[in-house]
Amino acid sequence: MGRSVREGWFHMSDLWGIYALWYREVKVFLREKSRLVSSTVNPLIWLVAFGGGLGATISIGGAGYQAFIFPGVLMLVVLFTTIFFGLYVVWDKKIDFFKEVLVSPLNRTSIFVGKMLGGCTDGFIQSGIIILFGPLFGINYTAYSLGVVILFVLLLAMGTTSLGLAIGSQMTSFEGFGLVQSFVILPLFFLSGALYPIDNLPEWLSWITYANPLTYIVDGMRGALLGQSSFPMALDLGVAAVYVAVLVAVGTYAFEKMT
Amino acid sequence: MVQTFGITKRYKNLIAVNHVDLSIEEGEIFGLLGPNGAGKTTLLSMLATLTPPTEGTAKVNGYDVRKEPGKVRASIGMVFQTPSSDEILTGRENLYLHALMYGVPKEERRGRIEEALELVDLTDRADDLVKTYSGGMRRRLELARGLLHRPKILFLDEPTLGLDPQTRQHIWEYISRLSKEHGVTIIITTHYMEEADSLCDRVAIIDHGEIKALDSPSMLKMKVGKSMIRARVERPNLEYIRGLPYVTRAEAKDGTVTIILSEAGAHIQEILCNLGNVSFVELREPTLNDVFLQITGKEIREESAEEWAEVYARAGST
Repeated sequence: MGRSVREGWFHMSDLWGIYALWYREVKVFLREKSRLVSSTVNPLIWLVAFGGGLGATISIGGAGYQAFIFPGVLMLVVLFTTIFFGLYVVWDKKIDFFKEVLVSPLNRTSIFVGKMLGGCTDGFIQSGIIILFGPLFGINYTAYSLGVVILFVLLLAMGTTSLGLAIGSQMTSFEGFGLVQSFVILPLFFLSGALYPIDNLPEWLSWITYANPLTYIVDGMRGALLGQSSFPMALDLGVAAVYVAVLVAVGTYAFEKMT
Repeated sequence: MVQTFGITKRYKNLIAVNHVDLSIEEGEIFGLLGPNGAGKTTLLSMLATLTPPTEGTAKVNGYDVRKEPGKVRASIGMVFQTPSSDEILTGRENLYLHALMYGVPKEERRGRIEEALELVDLTDRADDLVKTYSGGMRRRLELARGLLHRPKILFLDEPTLGLDPQTRQHIWEYISRLSKEHGVTIIITTHYMEEADSLCDRVAIIDHGEIKALDSPSMLKMKVGKSMIRARVERPNLEYIRGLPYVTRAEAKDGTVTIILSEAGAHIQEILCNLGNVSFVELREPTLNDVFLQITGKEIREESAEEWAEVYARAGST
């Protein structure tokens, strides 16, 4: 769409536009304190109640059960924060600020990137809070493990925000939210080995688990944090990278087609 | 400045805009007047590149809306019918984001934001969250925002919808000041007669997606006649009245007679004497409402302001 014509000033002004969208998302996120609090408390309840309760009976590997599910809960936080962030575009489309964005000279790709980085930052802040609680649940960080965990969190956040944006941009009402939760988020989470080891699964379940990209993300984080993993780190990172690449591409395309 | 070429928007079984040809000059305030559902907003969103035309096209600031939507969007400012500011942000933050998105140079941002806030008298409330604003303040903020990037053309979709008369008056003042002081071309949709009358240099009357008439408000009213008499009469002697040399038109509907004539003051005596048993009489200059009535055969239904205020409030509260 005439992109080559305005190549000269195109890049800089689009960067400012992306910055504007990012700034807006982060500002709104930090201003809505109640959401921030509830999204912090929910995973802590998982860790304390579910992890503590079940952990009293079972122990997996060398670490306690709470430590075992810690990467999974971290993933849960990012998954929920970012996919709902993305789906929220449905609402944006209907009223308020987003109309103003669509009528601005920014192209759709920049709008997508700005939104995506905004959601990614939200997910990152949210998971950062949980990461700080790690030592309480038997996680001992090293520079390496912390770096790897942050890398996986960022990749997961980018991919999942894109997934949410892609779905949200094509929906016309909120009615689809429940479906997304039932058919996308919960299966992705529960079939990823977030809550149990994946080495002794029945065959049908292991196939599904192996096909789930999030399995590799949890595995990578767990490998770095606890030294327990089912796949080599390179494979985990590779799958995470493909997850991001595919979903960013899908999201960009969906935004171009959005009406 | 803005030209349309047979621009058309067709939905499944409805033609919202039907082969409209318009030419709007630089610096004028141009009004699209019509009832709800006449196609005003659809026409505006096609000009703003938000809705693709089914047929035909338009040029805005010399750029084709189909081929160069990016350049069109960089040339225009838009104020929507429904709220489009972010209520979790402050007024100033909303303006700041707009400046970023429209590529306002860094060193000019602060100055322009202050200037825009001042223009709409929002300097004092600039750092409050938009959700604490009244409907009128929010509209003013959006007006200021639409100007921040110094657009050549400003689109205003029902800018005073749901606002109380006093606020409406203020908004009109801001709009005409913009046009005078900054030479911005302004295209405004409205279904308020007084708004079109007092604000616009030219008015296009639009109904069922078609332009029915286009002229300055005074010329449009002149076409109806210089003055008019409305009277309630039981059995009017229309034949006689129509025969008078200074009467252009006389019609009866539901017991009310409308007479269009060259000068009512001088002839009212003769008319009243010959019309019949008059129980009520009103003498006035024609309004755009009369123009609309004559052209389309119906009145523009003016929604109650409360009804729209409610819509506005509901949209704002969620």
